[in-house]
Amino acid sequence: MNEEQVKVPILEMKGITKRFPGVLANDHAEIELFPGEVLALLGENGAGKSTLMNILIGLYRPDEGEIYVRGERVEIHSPRDAAALGIGMVHQNFKLVPTMTVAENIILGMTELPLVPHLEEVNRRIVEISDHYNLQVDPTAYIWQLSVGEQQRVEILKLIYRGANILILDEPTAVLTPQESRELGKIIKLMVSEGKSTIFITHKMDEVMAFSDWVRVLQHGKVVAVKRTADTNPQELARLMVGREVLFRLEKEDVTPGEVVLELQDVEARNNKGLPALRKISLQIRQGEILGIAGVAGNGQRELAEVVTGLRSVTAGKLLINGQDLTNRPPLEIIKAGVSHIPADRIGMGAVGNMPVADNLAMKGYRNPPFSTGEMLHPRRILEFARRMIDVFRIATPTPQTYIKFLSGGNIQKAILAREIDACEGLLVAVYPSRGLDVGATEAVRKRLLEQRAQGRAVLLISEELDELMTVADKIAVLYEGRIMGIVPSSEADIETLGLMMAGVTPTE
Amino acid sequence: MIDLLTSIFVITLRAGTSLTYATVGEIYTERSGILNLGLEGMMLMGAVTSFATSYYTHNLALSLLAAILVGAILAATHAFLTVTMRANQVVSGLSITLFGSGLASFLGERLGPASNNYNLVGMTGSRFSPIVIPGLSQIPVLGAMFEQDILTYALYLLVPLAWFYLYKTRNGLNLRAVGESPQTADAMGIDVVKTRYLYTILGGMLVSLGGAHLSLAYAPGWAENITGGRGWIVIALVIFAMWDPARAPLGAILFGGINAIQFRLQAGGTDIPASYLNMAPYLATILVLIATTWWENLSHRVGAPAALGLAYMREEK
Repeated sequence: MNEEQVKVPILEMKGITKRFPGVLANDHAEIELFPGEVLALLGENGAGKSTLMNILIGLYRPDEGEIYVRGERVEIHSPRDAAALGIGMVHQNFKLVPTMTVAENIILGMTELPLVPHLEEVNRRIVEISDHYNLQVDPTAYIWQLSVGEQQRVEILKLIYRGANILILDEPTAVLTPQESRELGKIIKLMVSEGKSTIFITHKMDEVMAFSDWVRVLQHGKVVAVKRTADTNPQELARLMVGREVLFRLEKEDVTPGEVVLELQDVEARNNKGLPALRKISLQIRQGEILGIAGVAGNGQRELAEVVTGLRSVTAGKLLINGQDLTNRPPLEIIKAGVSHIPADRIGMGAVGNMPVADNLAMKGYRNPPFSTGEMLHPRRILEFARRMIDVFRIATPTPQTYIKFLSGGNIQKAILAREIDACEGLLVAVYPSRGLDVGATEAVRKRLLEQRAQGRAVLLISEELDELMTVADKIAVLYEGRIMGIVPSSEADIETLGLMMAGVTPTE
Repeated sequence: MIDLLTSIFVITLRAGTSLTYATVGEIYTERSGILNLGLEGMMLMGAVTSFATSYYTHNLALSLLAAILVGAILAATHAFLTVTMRANQVVSGLSITLFGSGLASFLGERLGPASNNYNLVGMTGSRFSPIVIPGLSQIPVLGAMFEQDILTYALYLLVPLAWFYLYKTRNGLNLRAVGESPQTADAMGIDVVKTRYLYTILGGMLVSLGGAHLSLAYAPGWAENITGGRGWIVIALVIFAMWDPARAPLGAILFGGINAIQFRLQAGGTDIPASYLNMAPYLATILVLIATTWWENLSHRVGAPAALGLAYMREEK
């Protein structure tokens, strides 16, 4: 214990404050990082974790506060300054040029190289490092050819190649499979054992427990708790992060399913490349029923959601909603039939970033009274409606007039949820509704879905989290290469069998 | 027949020179993510200032310097508006074309000698004349490459150098990254603002040199609208070259060739009305754009820098 106190922090951030228009992103936040240790920054979406790290890396300038590296006060004006201090970051949205090779991306902006870089030598060094850390990647491959997991390896290689010894990883596991996440954990352990230090941003409790030495919990831009990982537990961390007790289990009422709302009969569809994406899909969802769709991403989930919402035409088969044949009808007709859609791509398809929260909330109902009469919109009524939705769905926004892009991912999702649930009259299609959300927001989303079920709506829930499907859905269908491998009641489902079905193995019973 | 081909090729290269300078220049500018539609105005300004300098000083080096300087100033204006002020690149470029064209006409009517009512039209200054290289120029057809002026010869060096710099050097790599993903470049410690200024100005210098070639070598002298829309054709040529400097001469030769042939036809007397012949290069521009786009779709390859035309701001969400 005493030896701990002698340790000098390699990095300190003191009293960091950062304001964005209408948002206080960091409020006198403090960080201490010791050499050879992993510090986890835990917090909900919008708690200010990424902003704090962007300040450390020199992308943002703090409005107040001081930074010390190895005991010395430093000013970091740009990522170049940060790199000179040995600080490097793997951003949540990778900073890679897709049209360039791995090696080119790694040496980008380096001034230590000769004017005409010797790429053979660079490649050799990359292979050396990747062998040492078990970060296998071909230095001559183009970034666009790599999977997301491989791209992340390139990002980590980049930092090591450039000699960083303080590594910041911003939600590194959000894009990884469980196996890849475990692999990443090993790499972090190895780097730390060699004396490097790591700041690890996450909102996943199990990763904090598995990877870190220290945890700092952020709430509304402030550090609200500093804990030794060994002295805490997931329940305590969740409470500190959200500010209240979090239900890890949800109450599910008994609902007797009613009429069939959605019916697909032998539906086939092609993907954007013109290849078959859905093959003979048949399914039914009744009132008060949640059908979950499980599967590894890219097995037809996206096409399925698009077919049901009228965004993609089917090449064969029938789509029936409330018994009405709506095969290949335009989206507006399907909306009018009572279908709501929570799309996977929140900013691309679910919301207009450069429009106020209020307008985004009214985007479904704007055609009809009370929002409009004929061509005329009624801004006051839209605003009233928005205030009510913001209140009911607890959307954290400075004002209803704030551009929705300034909200955190969780709050954008709550706004989309509010709009779609309010307008829902029969079927709710939810695609990866809790992806990238923290525990608090995830809990809220799942509760809303169950509420819809209790109110007799049919829900099509596409998710990549088996946990979510097993707690929320009534039945789970597994998609593999555009086919339904089987539909099982969630009460009888187990992760093993579902996993096998997701890999294309038909259950033998 | 060989002689005819050779002489057409001579004119082709001569006509293609100004286009190649401007195309290479614009490729560099666009590689940094800045679209400069001010080419036409910048070429006209390059032409008028270099010719006026040549008329008064008879010093060709000074004339080129004048064109380079004017190109740099206009390009720096564009860079200031689009990089620092983050103005719309299309609007800024069009303003520079309108401003440059107007100012060039005005200067053409004011910079001349009193004896010519201050007009530059009809005056003569020093010019770049073709230098025939003995021996090499005797090669059939290809010998045309060695009956050119110094500015054309300089391209034989400049084009490979521009290619090498862009694809093989560290600076070229950084430049390409800025045009593809300024966010990434910034995070990697590359100064996005500086890079964009630098290559917009460098590109502007080359574009203006292209204009100077018109008034000092191709059609020595000053005439209203001497560029005849070449600045616009170059924008299509950049796309045709898929933003690769090594391909810039191909498009320039194609258009120079069309020019040379229509010039031949007009001089030799033909039944085709002159207006149709004059239309040919612009019609070809449309066809080339269709062909290039079609090929891009076919090969799933898009050459345009991903961030072309987009302003970059660090703290923007």
